[in-house]
Amino acid sequence: MSTTTAADDKRQPAGKGEKLADWADGRLGIYTIAKANLRKIFPDHWSFMLGEVALYSFIIIILTGVYLTLFFKPSMQEVVYDGSYVPLQGIPMSEAFASTVEISFDVRGGLLMRQVHHWAAIVFVASMLVHMFRVFFTGAFRKPREINWVFGFLLLVMGMFDGFLGYSLPDDLLSGTGVRFMEGAVLSVPLVGTYLQMFLFGGEFPGTDVIPRFYTIHVLLLPGIMLGLLVAHLFLVFYHKHTQFPGPGRTNNNVVGMPLMPVYMAKAGGFFFLVFGVIAAMSAIATINPIWSLGPYRPDQVSTNAQPDWYMGFSEGLIRIMPGWEFVIPGGYTLNLGVFIPLMLFGLILTAPMFYPFIEAWVTGDKREHHLLDRPRNRPVRTGIGAAYISLYLLLLVGGGNDLWATHFHLSINAITWTIRIGFFVLPVITFIVTKRICMALQRRDRDKVLHGRETGVIKRLPHGEFIEVHAPLSQEELFTLTSHEQPKPVELEAGTDENGVVRKAGMAQKLRAKLSRGFYGEDNQIPKPTADEYKEITSGHGHH
Amino acid sequence: MKKLSARRRHPLAALVVLIFALAATGGLYAAFAPAEKAQADETSQSLAIEEGKKLYTVGCSSCHGTGGQGTSDGPSLVGVGAANVDFQVMTGRMPAQQPGAQVPRKKVVYTQAESDQLGAYIASLGPGPSVPEEEQYDPAGADIANGGELFRTNCAQCHNFTGKGGALTNGKYAPALDGVSNKHIYEAMLVGPQNMPSFPDGVMPPEDKRDIVAYVDEMNGKEATNPGGLSLGGFGPVSEGLFGWIFGLGALIVVAIWVAARTTKAKKS
Amino acid sequence: MSSETGPSKDVSEEHLPSERVSHGAVEPAGDPFADPGLPPHEHRRQDVDERAAKSSERTVALLFVVSMLATIGFIASFVAIPVDRITYIWPMGNISALNFALGMTLGISLFCIGAGAVHWARTLMSDEEHIQERHPIEATPETKAQVLSDFRMGAAESQFGRRKLIRNTMFGALALVPLSGVVLLRDLGPLPEDKLRHTPWEKGKLLINQNTHEPLRAEDVTVGSLTFAVPEGLEHDDPHYMEELAKAALMLVRLEPEDIKDKRELDWSHEGIVAFSKICTHVGCPISLYEQQTHHVLCPCHQSTFDLADGARVIFGPAGHPLPQLRIGVNSEGYLEALDDFKEPVGPSFWERG
Repeated sequence: MSTTTAADDKRQPAGKGEKLADWADGRLGIYTIAKANLRKIFPDHWSFMLGEVALYSFIIIILTGVYLTLFFKPSMQEVVYDGSYVPLQGIPMSEAFASTVEISFDVRGGLLMRQVHHWAAIVFVASMLVHMFRVFFTGAFRKPREINWVFGFLLLVMGMFDGFLGYSLPDDLLSGTGVRFMEGAVLSVPLVGTYLQMFLFGGEFPGTDVIPRFYTIHVLLLPGIMLGLLVAHLFLVFYHKHTQFPGPGRTNNNVVGMPLMPVYMAKAGGFFFLVFGVIAAMSAIATINPIWSLGPYRPDQVSTNAQPDWYMGFSEGLIRIMPGWEFVIPGGYTLNLGVFIPLMLFGLILTAPMFYPFIEAWVTGDKREHHLLDRPRNRPVRTGIGAAYISLYLLLLVGGGNDLWATHFHLSINAITWTIRIGFFVLPVITFIVTKRICMALQRRDRDKVLHGRETGVIKRLPHGEFIEVHAPLSQEELFTLTSHEQPKPVELEAGTDENGVVRKAGMAQKLRAKLSRGFYGEDNQIPKPTADEYKEITSGHGHH
Repeated sequence: MKKLSARRRHPLAALVVLIFALAATGGLYAAFAPAEKAQADETSQSLAIEEGKKLYTVGCSSCHGTGGQGTSDGPSLVGVGAANVDFQVMTGRMPAQQPGAQVPRKKVVYTQAESDQLGAYIASLGPGPSVPEEEQYDPAGADIANGGELFRTNCAQCHNFTGKGGALTNGKYAPALDGVSNKHIYEAMLVGPQNMPSFPDGVMPPEDKRDIVAYVDEMNGKEATNPGGLSLGGFGPVSEGLFGWIFGLGALIVVAIWVAARTTKAKKS
Repeated sequence: MSSETGPSKDVSEEHLPSERVSHGAVEPAGDPFADPGLPPHEHRRQDVDERAAKSSERTVALLFVVSMLATIGFIASFVAIPVDRITYIWPMGNISALNFALGMTLGISLFCIGAGAVHWARTLMSDEEHIQERHPIEATPETKAQVLSDFRMGAAESQFGRRKLIRNTMFGALALVPLSGVVLLRDLGPLPEDKLRHTPWEKGKLLINQNTHEPLRAEDVTVGSLTFAVPEGLEHDDPHYMEELAKAALMLVRLEPEDIKDKRELDWSHEGIVAFSKICTHVGCPISLYEQQTHHVLCPCHQSTFDLADGARVIFGPAGHPLPQLRIGVNSEGYLEALDDFKEPVGPSFWERG
């Protein structure tokens, strides 16, 4: 079969597969779709597969989630446990908790499916975040991909919240504490807090409605929306064609790589199994969320180490470092800023990335399509902003686990909290400056490499006694790769006079834009890349650097 | 008594100490046992107090005062009871090594017999909880589930769900319960060492304490089970998140690098 | 380093990139940084050596066979291993044998399919790189003009712009119709009214010990101890047990009366026994990390710290106001009783709290 060519096929009678394809084509037009896509080219790079990790873990979550719904009872009806797990026998608990314990101990493979579901969720959100940072640092969010960036952002946020709802479903003591926290956060909303709380919980906390409601949102509403967004996200990836790193033969107008059929079908399809295999093995090896040792939720019980899953950890950090600001304002109303400010900051930190592509496009005045990726060092300000964001995020994660850092490193929890309070303002600034400087230094190194060649480590003694290091010339490929990036000019103020001689004054927004633009691409913020003339001057042997 | 101390290293000394220890234990029991029995053990009891006082003068009085009245370096021991002494001494917390937010558990320096003598002496200063009997903290036959419920109400807030410990204010902490004997757990509840509040029998009857001991033993003892695999320290989502990032996403990135990497080229001829 | 890289007559050959290996692509005389084009394809061992290719084929097949065996192992484990079997496996400890067996066999069977497919793709499928041109996403001016004119024609035919009455009423109808949906949400829950202001505590209700479910006596609560109580009559079968418990949970400690710094606290105590709400005023965690020597209680969730000897004042952390205190006394039979409900709402703060 494999040796037949297209010309041979014509002469052979149509096989069974071809007949089926003909049938489908008559109804779905599959040949036309396949013509454009079967040999579609995808570039190869490991960092392009982070999104695939997210996609596959999402599929794994759906598969195992459907299985779990067959056994889980989303009810807060109180029952007395009489299952096989001795340390809970005779304890009153909700049906949700009891059925989760049953899945863990009495359903064969139930524990595995629970653990696969939960580990996949941890990996899902983690891979989305890393994927987003890959897109950010390489500038893959630029036109025409801003909308897809927004889709991806929405998937991340919904994934986080769906995760929160999901781990709340078993109604155990740990997640119940999280739900109680949510109640307090909702109550802190000025004006309508108490109404929102009553409507969300169907009355006072905890009530009997919240788990069934969470269940519907967790298994139907959010996954449904996410599935839609996911299809749109993938469609746009196909439609835009994938970005690629700069290199010989790779331009803004082409895409270089291997065809979907067969290489990517095998690689991407195989990668699904690899991801599933790794997560299944993880679930065989490590426990996650052992609800049986956490116990059922009761509003008068709590345990230390009360943390949310990692992706909510930065909100936990925000709330832990906030001072207790609470005021009664004239009129006798209470403003609970100690909770409300972190709630607002949570929203701000979460949504800030969504707007970044539009802000950068406005600041730089860049309206062209970009299909070639940036090397992070060549965009020091963007890279600095991203690093500052990550530093803040990590700091808040540490803050969210301050009690564990305290016990493990024998520190005072109060001292840690104070350090993080100060770090919240200081660390992102320092990280920004340091990262930007590192990027500039790397640009300088690239420049030196282009102009003077690569250091070989070979030391040579000259006839007159001087020692020098031999520099090897770069190949044409390397020279091109290191010099092909663009170095945009900052946006200038459109000042001066128009054609009628009337003086136009730049508005506030224009001035801000010009200032920011200089911050991005001004002289101090990028190292001029070597020009062909500089290079020729040095290589011709007359130049002095 | 000088004669006795000179013969400390005599081959039979250990036996003598053991006899004293047994006597002291018996004596302690006797102090709270029916009267006629106490009568018979009175001599050994006073002997233990005598020995305990000597040990106390050497090892404890510099901080706690010559008569256990307490100084600026250590609290009064009047009325803390033998159970408190047994807990502090036999978990190595006492004698304390250095000042700090909290006196940590460390290597035990006294023998059980010496500790019992110290306990007898401290108990003689004022009435306090006595060392529990083995049947009081024997997990066999206790109601583990009830113990779990009581643990979550009274203990988990500081010691974590399964007794892995947790942070308190300004560097203090609730220690992990791993490897702590059932007896010492029972004693800790009874007396409330350092900043831990006590749970006296009036509010937490002995059978409740035994249930809690049984629960901790079940969740944290040598035979404890983690059906799902590695317990990751039992700290909940923080360690789970770290594991997920490092071993989950980490492994997947390694796999991705393999998938995307170029296959080795044939050597150029 | 750059100071050593200056051109020198003796070394200019090795020292400077004056010559380059070019892979056949044209180098325009003017531009040393020109795109040399895609490097030529190099063959893998498998492309030139059929033995190597055969070996790859065998590896792929082996991986697929291992996957099949692992799936059989999965089914065998499912049938053979009891769900409650606990086995010691280093370094995991005493774990469920079934979970481990199922997870590992499933993991291996899946991983081997993936590894086989990827190895096949990497070593046997062609690794020649192809170039595909991109096409601009934006439409050509002609297309754009065509679409706009079509749209205008459609709009004109609809008479939408001309018949303002239709347009305005349609917008009105469309704007109103979602209100039905919003109204439907009303019965999600009751109105708050004063629900958050009352707890089951009231004058004369005994304090029930949560451990023994018996009424507490004053002498039970000793200095340095920690006791939790709920109001008399709060039973598990009460349909609102959880909601009542969430507000009524009480923490009792006894302080030496001379240690109590706050006068109202002392007045509301009984012989130094003080009763505070167990529900944190920050976001409602049951706060009860009581340090008996410092009289501080710490919240395990967000580290709000309250000083029980000083009216439960907040001394650290994000909580905004003290823990509410319950006024207690002793009835004629010597049992602790509440003398009132809490004077302020328990738990987290809210807008109408005042």
